[in-house]
Amino acid sequence: MCQCTNDAEPKTKEGLELEKVFAQYVGKKGALIPVLQKAQAIYGYLPVEVLKEISRNLQIPVSKIYGVCTFYAQFHLKPRGRNIIRVCLGTACHVRGGAKIAEAISKAVGIKDGETTEDLRYTFESVACLGCCGLAPVMMVNDETHGRLTPDMVAGLLDQYK
Amino acid sequence: MQLYRAHILVCGGTGCVSSGSKAIQEALTDELVKNNLDKEVKVVETGCHGFCETGPIVIVYPEGTFYCRVSTEDVPEIIAEHLVKGRIVKRLLFKAPVTEEQVPSYKEIAFYRKQQRVALRNCGHINPDNINEYIGRDGYEALSKVLTGMTPQQVIDDMKKSGLRGRGGGGFSTGLKWQFASNSPGPKKYIICNADEGDPGAFMDRSVLEGDPHSVLEGMMIAAYAIGADEGYIYVRAEYPLAIKRLKTAIAQAEELGLLGENIMGSNFSCTLHIKEGAGAFVCGEETALMASIEGSRGMPNPRPPFPAVKGLFGKPSNINNVETYANVPIIYLHGADKFASVGTEKSKGTKVFALTGKLRNTGLAEVPMGISLREIIFDIGGGIINDKKFKAVQIGGPSGGCIPEQHLDTPVDYDSLTALGAMMGSGGLVIMDETSCMVDMARYFLDFTQKESCGKCIPCREGTKRMLEILQKICGGNGVPEDITTLETLGAVIKNTALCGLGTTAPNPVLATLRYFRDEFEAHIYDKKCPAGVCTAMLEYKIVTDNCKGCGACARVCPVGAITGEKKEPHEIDTSKCIKCGSCIEKCKFNAIVKG
Repeated sequence: MCQCTNDAEPKTKEGLELEKVFAQYVGKKGALIPVLQKAQAIYGYLPVEVLKEISRNLQIPVSKIYGVCTFYAQFHLKPRGRNIIRVCLGTACHVRGGAKIAEAISKAVGIKDGETTEDLRYTFESVACLGCCGLAPVMMVNDETHGRLTPDMVAGLLDQYK
Repeated sequence: MQLYRAHILVCGGTGCVSSGSKAIQEALTDELVKNNLDKEVKVVETGCHGFCETGPIVIVYPEGTFYCRVSTEDVPEIIAEHLVKGRIVKRLLFKAPVTEEQVPSYKEIAFYRKQQRVALRNCGHINPDNINEYIGRDGYEALSKVLTGMTPQQVIDDMKKSGLRGRGGGGFSTGLKWQFASNSPGPKKYIICNADEGDPGAFMDRSVLEGDPHSVLEGMMIAAYAIGADEGYIYVRAEYPLAIKRLKTAIAQAEELGLLGENIMGSNFSCTLHIKEGAGAFVCGEETALMASIEGSRGMPNPRPPFPAVKGLFGKPSNINNVETYANVPIIYLHGADKFASVGTEKSKGTKVFALTGKLRNTGLAEVPMGISLREIIFDIGGGIINDKKFKAVQIGGPSGGCIPEQHLDTPVDYDSLTALGAMMGSGGLVIMDETSCMVDMARYFLDFTQKESCGKCIPCREGTKRMLEILQKICGGNGVPEDITTLETLGAVIKNTALCGLGTTAPNPVLATLRYFRDEFEAHIYDKKCPAGVCTAMLEYKIVTDNCKGCGACARVCPVGAITGEKKEPHEIDTSKCIKCGSCIEKCKFNAIVKG
C-alpha cells in the first residue's frame, strides 16, 4: 500500500503506538470498533487526521468511520478533559435525586452536561446507568465510583481530581 | 495444600469497591501479618453479594458472620476480637430494619432467607479470579458430562425439557433457540453472549460477570457444542471495566487448563471465545443490532426474519443468549433438567434475579423462584419502603416495562403474568416508588431515555417517541390539554405495532401502563394543573405555614434568589414571583413549616 504521504514527517510517539494497533488488527473481521477504541485510548479523542489514517490502513471509507464514531456514545471527535465526570441519571438514581447531583456538579465545575472545561481539567457527562443502583445516587470520576451522594458532597469530591 | 482455620471474604463487586472495600482488604491482610495470623487465616476477594446497600461487606467463615458497612478503622477490632478471641464484633452486624434486631449470620438475614440462588450460586462465595475455586464448586463438571456422554441433540432436548427461557427480556425458549441454530446447515456457526446490560436499574449481569465469570463461559461452551459453533463473542459494555478484566482472566485460565480452545478436555470439540467491548449504545442490546456492532458497523437492528439462528453474525447461523441465561445452563446438566424444572410456575421455570432499587430499605440483587409474589420480593426481601412512606408503584422491566400498582402486588411473578399486566420481565430491574414519585414524570423519564437511544432507522420509533415525549413534557410543564391522553394512546399503539425492533415496540409500554393504572394523575396534571406527588416543578407553589414557622431565618439564608423575607422570630413569607422552586428551603426547615403543592 502506498505510504508516501507519511514519509515526509517523522512519526510521533502516538503515531508509532497506532501503527502497532494496525499491525494487530489489519485484515481481521470487525476490526473498526476495537481500532477506534484503541486509537482513542492513545490520543484521548479521535482527531480527523487519525480517522483518515485509520481509513487508509483498514481500507474503510472515512464516511463510514465517521458514521460509526457518531453513532456510539463512547467516541469523541473533540479533545476531552483529564478527568471525566459521569453522573448517573438511571432510574434508580432518578428516583433518589440524581438530577440534584447533576446540578451540583454543573455548579461546581461551571460547565453543562456534555461540555469540557477550557483548561481541560474536567469533562462532564450524564449516563443512563452505571450499574451500582444499590448506592444511588451515583457519580463516577474516571474509574472511581462515588455512591450515596448528597449535593453538598460533590464539590469536595471533585476538587481531589486535578 | 495450605489449610486455613478461617477465611475472611471481602466483597470486590463494584458497589462495595466504591464504598471502599479495596482498602479494607489491604488493612485485613496487614493486620493478620501483624498478629502472626497470616498462615492461619486467609483473606479472599469475592464477587458481589448482592446486598450493596450494606457495603462494604465482610464475611468471616466458618461461622458465616456478616459484617456490614465496615471501615478500615474497624479492621483491628475484627482481627483482635473475632479472630484472636473468637468474639463477634456486635456493633458491625446487620440490623433488621423494623425490629432493630442484630442478625449474626449470613443465612438468617431476611434479605437472603427467601432467596434461591442458582445463577448467583457462586457470587460472593468464591474468588472469581481463581478458576480452581470455581472447579471446587463443581465447575466445568457439566461441560465434561456433556462432552463425554451426550450428543448435541441430547443436549438440546434436555434444554427444552428444562423449560429455561431467555433471561434478557423477551423470554424466548432457550431450547428452541438452540434447536433452530442447530438445524441451520453450514460448517461455520457462532455463539454469542449478550452482556450489553443497558436497562437503567438492572445490574445482575454485571454481578455474575464480576463474581462468577466461569459459569458464563461454561454455559457458552455447552451451547456451542449443542449448536455446532467453534467461535464465540462476549459483547460487554465498556462501562463495566471490572467485568471485562475478570472475563479476560477467566478466559486465559480456562484456555491454560484446556477447558477452552482446541480439543476441549481432549475431545474433538474446539471453541475459542473473544471479548468485544461495546461502545455505548442501548439499542445494541437488541440481538441484530448487537451483531452489526460486532461486525464493526453502526449498531442498528435489522428486520427479522432472517433470524440470527439462520443468518446471524457475519451472515452465519448464530445463537445469542444473555449472561444470566448462560449462567443457568451448567446447573441444568449438573443436576438434571427435571430438577431445574421443578422450581417455578407452569410456563416459567427456575429462578430469576431481580435488581431491587429505588425507595426501598434493602436495595441489591435478589434471586427468587418464579411464581413468588411481588409483595414478598418488595416487603419481605426488600424490607419495605424507606422512611415509612406509602408504596405507590413498582416499575418492572426498565424502559420496556411498566409500572404496577399496589392492587396487583400479589400476582405471582412470571413472564406471562407480567406481560398481562402491561409490564414485562425484561432484564429484571425492579424500581420501587413511593408516594413522593410522580407517575407522569416517570413516564416522561422513560420516554426521554428511549427517545435519546432510538437509533433512528425506522420512522415509528424515531418520530413517534419524540412526539410522545413532547406531549409528556407539555403535561409535566402544566400545559397539557384533554386530547393529549388519547393522542398518547393512539401514538403508543401505532409505535407498538409498527416499530422495527424490540426497543421501538416496547418503548410506549411505560406510558401505556401508567395511563392504565394512574390515569387520575395524568388528569390532575391536565385539568387541575396540579402534580399530586409534588414533583413537576412548573405546577408547584411553595408556601410557609404561619403556625409552624418560628422565624429562625434558615430558609431565607439558603434561598438562592432572596425570595423569602420576614422579621426575626416572626413568620416568614415566600414571594412566589421570585421563587425558582429549587426546594432548598424545605430541606433546611426543621419545623415542617414549608409545604409545596
